[in-house]
Amino acid sequence: MSEEKREVVIPSQLIGDIHKNKAGHGTFVENGKIYAERLGVLSKSSDYINVIPLKGRYDPIEEDFVIGIVEEALQSGWLIDINAPYPALLHVNEVPWEIEFGETEKYLNHGDSIMAKILQVDVTKKIQVTLNDRNLYKIKGGQIIDVEPSKVPRIIGKKGSMIALLKKYTRCRIFVGQNGRIWIDGDNEGIEKVLQTLKKIEDEALSYGLTNRIEAFLKKDAKDVR
Amino acid sequence: MNSKSDVKLIDSKGKRLDGRKPDELRKIKIEAGVLHRAEGSCYLEWGGNKVLAAVYGPREALPKHTQNPLKAIVNARYNMAAFSVEDRKRPGPDRRSVEISKVISEALEKVILTDKFPRASIDVSIEVLDAEAGTRCAGLTAAGVALADAGIPMKDIPVACAAGKIDGKVVLDLGKEEDNLGDADLPVAISPRTGEILLLQMDGHLTMEEFDEAFDLAIKGCHVVSELQKKAIEDKYKSVVEVE
Repeated sequence: MSEEKREVVIPSQLIGDIHKNKAGHGTFVENGKIYAERLGVLSKSSDYINVIPLKGRYDPIEEDFVIGIVEEALQSGWLIDINAPYPALLHVNEVPWEIEFGETEKYLNHGDSIMAKILQVDVTKKIQVTLNDRNLYKIKGGQIIDVEPSKVPRIIGKKGSMIALLKKYTRCRIFVGQNGRIWIDGDNEGIEKVLQTLKKIEDEALSYGLTNRIEAFLKKDAKDVR
Repeated sequence: MNSKSDVKLIDSKGKRLDGRKPDELRKIKIEAGVLHRAEGSCYLEWGGNKVLAAVYGPREALPKHTQNPLKAIVNARYNMAAFSVEDRKRPGPDRRSVEISKVISEALEKVILTDKFPRASIDVSIEVLDAEAGTRCAGLTAAGVALADAGIPMKDIPVACAAGKIDGKVVLDLGKEEDNLGDADLPVAISPRTGEILLLQMDGHLTMEEFDEAFDLAIKGCHVVSELQKKAIEDKYKSVVEVE
């Protein structure tokens, strides 16, 4: 990350020229000029100009790990709400259990939460998710909170540094879904601490040296560190 | 030309009823992101108009037959509150608000990158809390800010402004009396970056020359309002990069 000042851009703002830069995410090109297509923060990486969204729905990408909530049990699968514009389908072949036809409700029902991986997103944005991967299962206990999906990379931190800090100081089990849902499990005190810290990270997501400040914040009243 | 009434809408000094010059806008205040539950929102005061716009989505379009497999549909719903006018307005959609909803939906659809969200719908609610002429322009302007606030990908922030004719003279942004007693009203919505026209309606009569004059005046007004829109969004979000 460069140290130059971050800049907020609004849709239709002119942010570059196609001859000098390449148009990246969140931008569109018209008459050789690059414009921002959405509200966001400008970021330049190598030749590309990108706009990192400040707000907006989760845009599903294959291989992402997400937290989903079961909307409906179908005959041969489930409809899962993953905080995207569209519900995702979880087919019976994509779960680790042997399921008889029509008995889907016995395993997952309306309101259950799962950790899932996005298997496929096709051109019409039909989404399929799977439970056949490491550490994916139905969530029991703990609580789930929602954050802005665009802030998820900050919560995870560089190579997971931020989330490692959180786990170290609060002794909670945490799973961050790319879709902006976070599952936390631990004792009440720990959960409270995580919630406070997440709020702080969300508020200051765009400032520099955040990881260090968060570490100081967590250290302040940490009793037993793992 | 003043056949409808004897009220002087422009005095001998060339000032209008509320003291404005012919090419002067009413006072405009725009605030982005005022609602908690909506994905994006905007509160706008334009003279005596008070308008609230909220954006929901993109979300799966329901009922299913309304979905378009190639792009998102844009549903704008313009609604006037019962207390927004002097006599109580009968609540619910009527002929007028259905028409305005339709033209605003089509104007917004033109700037939103709808092909990014196939099968989805983007819903825009525009509530007129207080009305004083030019509510469709105010509503569309507020909707533009609310869409940007919702983080919806779009090519431009749409903006609208009206011009009209009172006492035989072309003026910008008609007030209530001017709208009721004047000769013509010409609301225009544009995409300010490209100058594309998104909405153009006319009520009353104008000659070709007057039309051109009113049209140019309205476009100028649009650009002024557009700057206010951008400032409102910047004001709301500039603080996020200024934390220490």
